Amino acid sequence: MDENTLDGNAIGGLLDEVFGADMTMAVSTCGSCGAVSVVAELAVYRPGLGTVVRCRSCDSVLMVFVSLHGATCTDLMGLASLS
Amino acid sequence: MAGTAVRGRLTWQTATVGRVTRETASAVTLSLSVPDWPGHRAGQHVDIRLTADDGYQAERAYSIASAPGEPLAITVERLDDGEVSPYLTEEARPGDQLEVRGPIGGYFVWEAETGGPLLLAAGGSGVVPLRAILRYRSLVGSSVPVRLLYSSRSWEDVIYSSELDMPEYGVEVIHTLTRSQPPKWHGYARRVDQKMLTEVAWPAADRPLAYVCGPTSFVESVAAGLVGLGYPAGKVKTERFGATGQ
Amino acid sequence: MSPVSRGFHRKREAAPADRVPPGQYVTRDFPVLSAGPTPHTALDRWSFSITGGREPKSWTWDEFRALPTEKLTTDIHCVTRWSKLDTTWQGVSLDVLLAAVEYESRYALAFSDGGYTTNMPVADLLGGKAWVAFNYEGAPLGAEHGGPARLLVPHLYFWKSAKWVRGLRLRDTDEPGFWENYGYHIYGDPWREQRYAGD
Repeated sequence: MDENTLDGNAIGGLLDEVFGADMTMAVSTCGSCGAVSVVAELAVYRPGLGTVVRCRSCDSVLMVFVSLHGATCTDLMGLASLS
Repeated sequence: MAGTAVRGRLTWQTATVGRVTRETASAVTLSLSVPDWPGHRAGQHVDIRLTADDGYQAERAYSIASAPGEPLAITVERLDDGEVSPYLTEEARPGDQLEVRGPIGGYFVWEAETGGPLLLAAGGSGVVPLRAILRYRSLVGSSVPVRLLYSSRSWEDVIYSSELDMPEYGVEVIHTLTRSQPPKWHGYARRVDQKMLTEVAWPAADRPLAYVCGPTSFVESVAAGLVGLGYPAGKVKTERFGATGQ
Repeated sequence: MSPVSRGFHRKREAAPADRVPPGQYVTRDFPVLSAGPTPHTALDRWSFSITGGREPKSWTWDEFRALPTEKLTTDIHCVTRWSKLDTTWQGVSLDVLLAAVEYESRYALAFSDGGYTTNMPVADLLGGKAWVAFNYEGAPLGAEHGGPARLLVPHLYFWKSAKWVRGLRLRDTDEPGFWENYGYHIYGDPWREQRYAGD
């Protein structure tokens, strides 16, 4: 298991910036395997180029955030739902 | 007494460093003065942003060490290959300015109404948000029983040691020192394992609530261990700090 | 305008200016930066394949390790602004691997265990510019740094040096890989500071 892996808590500020609200309690459904999780418990990778949020059950990419030229590019296509 | 975080978009605010308290050789508590601080809940964190004079910026998240109602404070542990923590723990002085965004997070928080008994498990600097929970519990006069299992490398690495040495009624603090122990140490002297959890954790039948915080490997191992003891996964809250050289 | 935090500055090592591309700083660290969990593919299941040529070509680990190898010392430059000088590697040159395939395509998409992809022109893989590297600093490449083998294309930003590489798909168009899709530069020359699309 990877020591550097974080969880959704670590990106609470980023998510608030993107969604305008605290999303750590939001419930996500993985578009690949259907696993349901609180965002705070999702696996988060921050390699510096961007933030990649993955399903803990199947490792599929759920969300990607990349900051470029002062704007944040957001990709939520791996999610079946986020509420 | 519980702080109510103002809902709505978080923004970066300028914070001025107040008191700097050295907790251990590598950990420092900074009190921060933020003009429009909305208050916070026990367990939340803030994002801190530093700006160099060439415009370079670095941002990190730090758990809030103070209870709701107390002045904002963070406790930072110095990472040897870090960029922000060496500055905060060795350079920052009263009057210095940095930026704060927060409070952040509604998941890893505890309010007295949530109840217990509480099992708090801390690996190294993971003790910070758990200490905020303990201070808050004391301030509101809660009688929820708490056990804090706190893993550190040595006694010198224990943050808040004198405060934790005088726990409130209903709070038990169980240390484990994984690398070295003082003479005549009778406590645990190894990494948290299933046997230790069995001895320390509330039985699942007590319907406890667990908060586990620290390096990722510590959190994963302890959370799995608690689930192995019968704790429902939904009753084990986790906050991973990544690799912290523990 | 953010207030300046007195006394704060980026960590940096001193280095000759002609070794450091614009906007970079030199470090002695080797940060582990990953977009996903570290894969652990057993060597007896590992293969490197090149598809998109006249016929697909694939090597098992043993076949791959039987190929001629090179040792090299090179500087690496990450788009997150750190550069590490004089890193030493051992690997199989892409000149050797691509010589085993008949192809006409001008572009390649490198793909890795875990789903990571990155693209580059085939020309940037030829002429002694790229390797599939399996040793770093004289020892087998650690999993956290891309072992058992990673792509090594040091003249481009290091996100192009795909960790856990398993092959190349040769293509007629320069199809963007994982980070390129999110706005990182399609080519990525550190000396022209091509970090983002449009740079």
